[in-house]
Amino acid sequence: MATTTMSEFRVDPVSGLKINRTANTLVKVNAFAAIVFLLVGGLFGIGVALTRMPGVQLLKPELFYMFLTAHGIVALMVWIIFFEMAVLYFLGAHLLGNRLATPRLAWTQFWLMIIGAAITAVAILQGNSSVMMTSYVPLQAAPHFYLGLILFAVGALIGCFVFLGTLVVAKEEKTYTGSLPLVVFGGVTATVIAIFTIASGALILIPTFLWSLGLISQIDPMMYRVIWWAFGHSSQQINVVTHISIWYLIASLVFGAKPMSEKVSRGAFLLYILFLQLGSVHHLLADPGLSSAWKIFNTSYMLYLAVLASMIHGLTVPGSIEVAQRKKGLDTGLFTWLRKAPWGNPVFSGMFMSLIGFGFIGGITGVVMSVEQINMIIHNTMYLPGHFHGTVVSGTTMAFMAVTYYLIPVVFQRKIALGAIAKLQPYVFSIGGAIFAISLMGAGTLGVQRRHADISFAGQPLAYEYPEIAKGLMSFGEIGGIVMALGATMFIIVVLASIFTGERIAEDAKPWPKVEDADVVFEKTGKKHVGTGGFEAPGTFVLAMVLFVTLVLYYFINFKYLSSVWSMS
Amino acid sequence: MSEPTTSSEKRHVMQLVLDDNMLMLFLAITVPTVFYTLWGIMEVITIPMAK
Amino acid sequence: MGTSYTPPTNPDWWREPIERTELLWIVISFAWCLFMFGWMIAWHWIGNQNMNNEAYKTTVEVYTKKVDDQLAKYTVRKDEASGDDVVAPPPGSDVYLLGMQWQWRPILELKKGQTYRLHLSSKDVVHGFSLQPENINFQAYPGYEQVINITPNKSGTFSIACGEYCGGVDAMGHHTMLGRIYVKE
Ligand SMILES: [Cu+2]
Repeated sequence: MATTTMSEFRVDPVSGLKINRTANTLVKVNAFAAIVFLLVGGLFGIGVALTRMPGVQLLKPELFYMFLTAHGIVALMVWIIFFEMAVLYFLGAHLLGNRLATPRLAWTQFWLMIIGAAITAVAILQGNSSVMMTSYVPLQAAPHFYLGLILFAVGALIGCFVFLGTLVVAKEEKTYTGSLPLVVFGGVTATVIAIFTIASGALILIPTFLWSLGLISQIDPMMYRVIWWAFGHSSQQINVVTHISIWYLIASLVFGAKPMSEKVSRGAFLLYILFLQLGSVHHLLADPGLSSAWKIFNTSYMLYLAVLASMIHGLTVPGSIEVAQRKKGLDTGLFTWLRKAPWGNPVFSGMFMSLIGFGFIGGITGVVMSVEQINMIIHNTMYLPGHFHGTVVSGTTMAFMAVTYYLIPVVFQRKIALGAIAKLQPYVFSIGGAIFAISLMGAGTLGVQRRHADISFAGQPLAYEYPEIAKGLMSFGEIGGIVMALGATMFIIVVLASIFTGERIAEDAKPWPKVEDADVVFEKTGKKHVGTGGFEAPGTFVLAMVLFVTLVLYYFINFKYLSSVWSMS
Repeated sequence: MSEPTTSSEKRHVMQLVLDDNMLMLFLAITVPTVFYTLWGIMEVITIPMAK
Repeated sequence: MGTSYTPPTNPDWWREPIERTELLWIVISFAWCLFMFGWMIAWHWIGNQNMNNEAYKTTVEVYTKKVDDQLAKYTVRKDEASGDDVVAPPPGSDVYLLGMQWQWRPILELKKGQTYRLHLSSKDVVHGFSLQPENINFQAYPGYEQVINITPNKSGTFSIACGEYCGGVDAMGHHTMLGRIYVKE
């Protein structure tokens, strides 16, 4: 068959989705670039971990600061945003049986991000740009450090508009009717937050670039931090929204679950759109001269409404799984639905580990540390890297890995190779991440400062010695970091083996069996209700209350500790 | 579409709001710009000079 | 019927009732959210550890002069460990601390239970004041001067590390930036 007659769309035998070939290529290249950068970022991370381990201290300080800068930018920005681009195109095109609005602009997105990331990487490796990811002025990096970031951000911004344009196309060409699917609405939420985020980044990085060229004489360091964090923190909020959308997606894919309530889930996303980005202030709570009114209003996302939204998603996702499982016959006891879940399927196990990791590690600590006063005993300690590895590694990265196991057959048209490794991978990665995050938060609570090449202050006349237990926690935590890196390596090996050597899935292959819709199964049983006591998801409710009690206890423990330190007013 | 377009008038207003992507974009930009960025910049600007 | 990745099956989904599990959870969560919001405000009155919003714009010259005046007036000795000046300003007075690449100066000597107006600023880049082992952390900027009323409630030797990455080479840098506060009974 000549290529000219090859149709623009194929019907995927694995998912049943109608897939646009061009869109599919863009999902592929962005996901592939993401995974390559995950590898790069991970390697720098190993260098960081082995240096922070007391007694090992692999890298000399100068090299350590370079590694830490590279790790932050590559792992926190490049890997994640490339993957998010792949997710957006998948949501806008694949899920809606749609084409991409402007494939040419989508390619511009891809190449700008590649070129931008490469330029910044070169700047960092040249050694004069070890300013950390945050690059607070007046510390100065080489001009191309900022230039690369700007190009990368512009690329991402283009990607956001391609996604929004793609949704317009879907509506006009009527590839769906009614409201967008919930998961795609999650994509809209991530995108609109991303547009604010990137605009903020441009607002501060462009002047900083001009300053590094000597065209602007000075940038106010506090103004820099206020605006930079509208970019830096909000970019992490994009991750949260994206991985929560992936949770919803996987719940439906694996269990045939439907959202417990469209209204509640979409309402929660709306709370994100309105308030999540106010959390940028979390980084400025220990700063001079900014009023408590501004801090409290923003740090609480106005009455903690974005926290409420996260708590809602945290319940509705497992809740929808529980309801589906019960409808499919596992309607006994509190946790039968969970025990009988497919724990050997990395799409599910990865998603569930992400849910638990993000909720219990990233979520609870995030709420507590962002209290205006508690922040004083946490700000810039090792607690921070502990916390945000709980969100970005245990939460976001784990969810992205889980969905990748689904995307490989659908998008790359290959079966997963090395299934035995894939099966174990989510556990290795999550357990490593949990050990890392919890230990570092412990060390941070005991005072260990972040971004230090040598926490022993060796050779300094005024040296301070951290408690032994803090050093022990650093060692233990970094062992967790190595386990986490092992988990990431397993993931990368599985992905590369699958997409290069995995068994091909022919386009005209027999359709894979579809996961049954839980409601369809339930109708056949003739029963009316699931759950107990009028609660459709009692097990999830119990789990949610465990989270709630943990949060409340941890909140007051921190206030107890705060009340014991020097008085300040 | 199988439904007549007029049916959207009977939809709850919140549903119409949530279905409007451009409105979502507008809110996602203006709310943090006003409460975080502009208010924050005002905070920095209004710090008095040291004696 | 339906999934999260297909349009809602009920075209009028906003009017669907909310299931009991969700509803109860939303009520509990929202109540806790309101409590946390109120508690954070209340701590400004019921708690003894709060941020002071007092701050000024300044310049490196003006602030350094304040530090130098304080050194001239209140220096009591050289520190045994480092040989740096130790100042002991009287209780209730203004105490000026300056962060710079890569030390905190001067070394302070304070009295337990007494309140001081601690001023913080930086000479060059952004630093972090990190008091150990209390683990109290503030940001210190060049061009800005923050005032915190501190009351040490314990005596002993306290270290100040740097909480914000401030550059450096192998021998010296962010990881060697230290200062000290002695608190006497
Ligand atoms: Cu410093």
